[in-house]
Amino acid sequence: MFVARSIAADHRDLIHDVSFDFHGRRMATCSSDQSVKVWDKSENGDWHCTASWKTHSGSVWRVTWAHPEFGQVLASCSFDRTAAVWEEIVGESNDKLRGQSHWVKRTTLVDSRTSVTDVKFAPKHIGLMLATCSADGVVRIYEAPDVMNLSQWSLQHEISCKLSCSCISWNPSSSRAHSPMIAVGSDDNSPNILAKVQIYEYSENTRKYAKAEALMTVTDPVHDIAFAPNLGRSFHILAVATKDVRIFTLKPLRKELTSSGGLTKFEIHIAAQFDNHNSQVWRVSWNITGTVLASSGDDGCVRLWKANYMDNWKCTGILKGNGSPVNGSSQQGIFNASLGSANTSLQNSLNGSSAGRKQS
Amino acid sequence: MEEPDAEPPLMVVPGVDSAARQLCFEWGPAEMLVCETLFGGRGGGEGRPSSSCVFVVRKDQDIYIQTLRKLFNESHGIFIGLQRSEEEFAGKSRKTQLVQVSKNYRSVIRACMEDMHQAAVSARDPALHSQYSTQVSILSAMELIWNLCEILFVEAAVAGPLLLRLLDWVRLHVCDVDNMVREVLSSENPSKHELFWNVVDVFVLQGRMDEARHLLSKEASANPTSVNMCRILDDLMKKMPVPSLGNTQTLTEMELKWQHWHEECQRYLQDGTFASNSHMESICKILLGDENAILEKKELMTTWYHFLVTRLLYSHPTVKPMELRFYAQSSMDLFLGGESSPEPLDTILMAAFEFELHQVIKECSIALSNWWFVAHLTDLLDHCKLLQSHNLYFGSNMREFLLLEYASGLFSHYSLWQLGVDYFDHCPEYGRVYLELHIERIPLNTEQKALKVLRICEQRQMHEQVRSICKIMAMKALRNNRLGSALSWSIRAKDAAFATLISDRFLKDYCEKGCFSDLDLIDNLGPSMLLSDRLTFLGKYREFHRLYGEKRFSEAAKLLLMLMTAHIAPCSFWMTLLTDALPLLEQKEVIFSAEQTYELMRCLEDLTAGKSDKQKFQDDDVETMKVEMLRLALARNLARVIVKEGTLEGS
Repeated sequence: MFVARSIAADHRDLIHDVSFDFHGRRMATCSSDQSVKVWDKSENGDWHCTASWKTHSGSVWRVTWAHPEFGQVLASCSFDRTAAVWEEIVGESNDKLRGQSHWVKRTTLVDSRTSVTDVKFAPKHIGLMLATCSADGVVRIYEAPDVMNLSQWSLQHEISCKLSCSCISWNPSSSRAHSPMIAVGSDDNSPNILAKVQIYEYSENTRKYAKAEALMTVTDPVHDIAFAPNLGRSFHILAVATKDVRIFTLKPLRKELTSSGGLTKFEIHIAAQFDNHNSQVWRVSWNITGTVLASSGDDGCVRLWKANYMDNWKCTGILKGNGSPVNGSSQQGIFNASLGSANTSLQNSLNGSSAGRKQS
Repeated sequence: MEEPDAEPPLMVVPGVDSAARQLCFEWGPAEMLVCETLFGGRGGGEGRPSSSCVFVVRKDQDIYIQTLRKLFNESHGIFIGLQRSEEEFAGKSRKTQLVQVSKNYRSVIRACMEDMHQAAVSARDPALHSQYSTQVSILSAMELIWNLCEILFVEAAVAGPLLLRLLDWVRLHVCDVDNMVREVLSSENPSKHELFWNVVDVFVLQGRMDEARHLLSKEASANPTSVNMCRILDDLMKKMPVPSLGNTQTLTEMELKWQHWHEECQRYLQDGTFASNSHMESICKILLGDENAILEKKELMTTWYHFLVTRLLYSHPTVKPMELRFYAQSSMDLFLGGESSPEPLDTILMAAFEFELHQVIKECSIALSNWWFVAHLTDLLDHCKLLQSHNLYFGSNMREFLLLEYASGLFSHYSLWQLGVDYFDHCPEYGRVYLELHIERIPLNTEQKALKVLRICEQRQMHEQVRSICKIMAMKALRNNRLGSALSWSIRAKDAAFATLISDRFLKDYCEKGCFSDLDLIDNLGPSMLLSDRLTFLGKYREFHRLYGEKRFSEAAKLLLMLMTAHIAPCSFWMTLLTDALPLLEQKEVIFSAEQTYELMRCLEDLTAGKSDKQKFQDDDVETMKVEMLRLALARNLARVIVKEGTLEGS
């Protein structure tokens, strides 16, 4: 791995989240300076800030892009107890010339009584929907029934999780065998052994989300959670960021048609557990094929996890800061091979430059 | 077999203090964003400006190297050819075919090496020069390994030809001595050159007997005292039995001959024939396979595998493939002499000599930064039916796993992704789903690119991806107010709802501006008009205008009426349609028949009756006047048409 670009973000306070759009050509950053910035990648690979505006009256925790089928839409959530939806307006031609675009607020979601800790759009096959979770322990699911009118969002479901929530993840599977499903993580750290990961599933019968499962083995505060993309599997994979990194597999058992409303029961296994960060793990996220998991911890590192063709999970890379200052913003490709890259070792052995080769 | 716990590669993010801060990140389709942050903040930030940069991190830099482009493109062609040739041959001819494929791959690597070398030579910037040189070395190593694999696995050379192949292999890859050889051969008096005997040694070590003999003859003519020795040595070299490629002798025959020859050499040595010339004595010892004598020439061999082959040539030329491992291990130990430990390349070659295929592939995966090599080699070995399949989660076997990795990497590149499509096609288990996931992420910067991607999806019946891409393009066009483009994309997506929406916009625009945009498109809708009712109306309404423009009034009139009576027109548009009827009603010639006029009147009454009192109150004067005008025109028309229809023709 290597750093291809570094972009000076110019936020006036700590950055809390970075987000790529679906195609990887735009990105958004949000900060404690209460603003969101949007960056566009040009043809030659340079990134330019095309919008920067104040979004909330408190630190902005997360920012996320909707699927481009719905247009250019962002959602943000904040300490100020609100979440907001933004849409890009195609500007006047002189705006375009200056390389600026204009974002308008389409709606503010004010139902939460406490800091809104996460906001995530649902998979596109469910429609234009998003979920928020708050420190007040409530997950709220909103829908915009008319995709052409983003000002109209209605609160469809309110799920009370009883514990303060820190993160949510939608199951991306679009298989007809799987109902919409959302996992919720809690960072509640009062001494108890309550499950800190809960999974809610939508039931066609009751037209409601109901708790399908709780991961009883996760009792420490959970900071992030992520379903892996589904590659046509029948079972689900969920990564959890808690005091370590954990990967769970959830295999749906035969759907029970009892009064539980037709909810699926799952067989839960732990596929892997890594404590290499040796500290709290704050973020987990899957790549687009769900083959590599990245995690970020209190040790200041990002670690990459991958299963090989024998299905053994291993750490395949570490990103770590070294504290040395960057010389401003570099938009040139940086060609330094990473430290300890095996690339150079193969070259060395062929050149015979190793000491033992030549007769001393 | 458990993998060794190698330290995972560390990548440094400059400017981030990992002792005080953490990193937040996000995956993208081709890259990753990483940024410094502080987790666990309850209220907010630090109240001071952030010096944080956002870093764009990439995994595979090789695909961006221009000079490797040829490697990816041409090997793609070879790969596809191999997949398609499956059932054509069997048995021996199949093996020949596979060997040819292997040679093709190697020649692509060599061609790339050449280009890279040229680039290195012409590079002004030392960093760039160094980078190219590195690439040349890596490509060279790859070709070395591939060549050995070809000999041992693809061709599966048997005892006899095996040695000949290995000799070729060594000769091809030990080039350190080439300069010296050239220098001596091109000098005035080669035998007087200080490096003369070194070159003779080189030839002997590489089994190049003819060339060695040629130099010896020069020595003989230049130095009368050694004529006799030269003659004997020359004779020995000439008579040395070598394995033949054809079936002219069996192994046993060859071994017998070799034994006799070996004994003859022994006799000459023991008789002290070469005692007066240390060089020739040493050569004789080499011919006898004396390990120490050969090892003395370490500098000229430079690698342990050269030493291995030389040893085999002079002590066990009929070596069997399965015996190689013993000789290989001991050769490496003797050569390195405990002074240094094996490098990754050594481990890979050793695994090959030990016929541990999986080990070879695993070691190569670790040592190389790009999946190109292992993916193509493994695929070839799989076609040779040499790999057992391990059932696994990320792909049905190792071949598929590696191809998926390689092809996924290609998708990060703005044009190489097209090659990736074909690789996914040949991964039976997960290829399709990987392709689906990757292809929808390709940025659709231009219409051309979108159409290219669409074609690929349509060819593979990836309906959901087709729909999604068309929808994205339609949305983009709509946002930029390119209604025609948006409409054609929604038609292609078969998205009725969106088509309705856009048709509404067209109609709204018409009401505001009085004319249509994108006439070409609407005029040529054809059967796709039926996608949505609103779209049908749009098409038909435009047709009405066309008919009117062509003065085909009665057809226009009929169409107009049909639009309302068949409820193709939305109610909101009826007023506009009726208003459009006015000029037809006002014509000198009567156009609407009585029945048609009654219909029109009924429509008008339906429309006004439908309005609530409140709406009627809100209607401004213009609205009411319109209705009045219509009523009047309709009545007048009715009067005229009754008369006309009541009149007998010609009376």
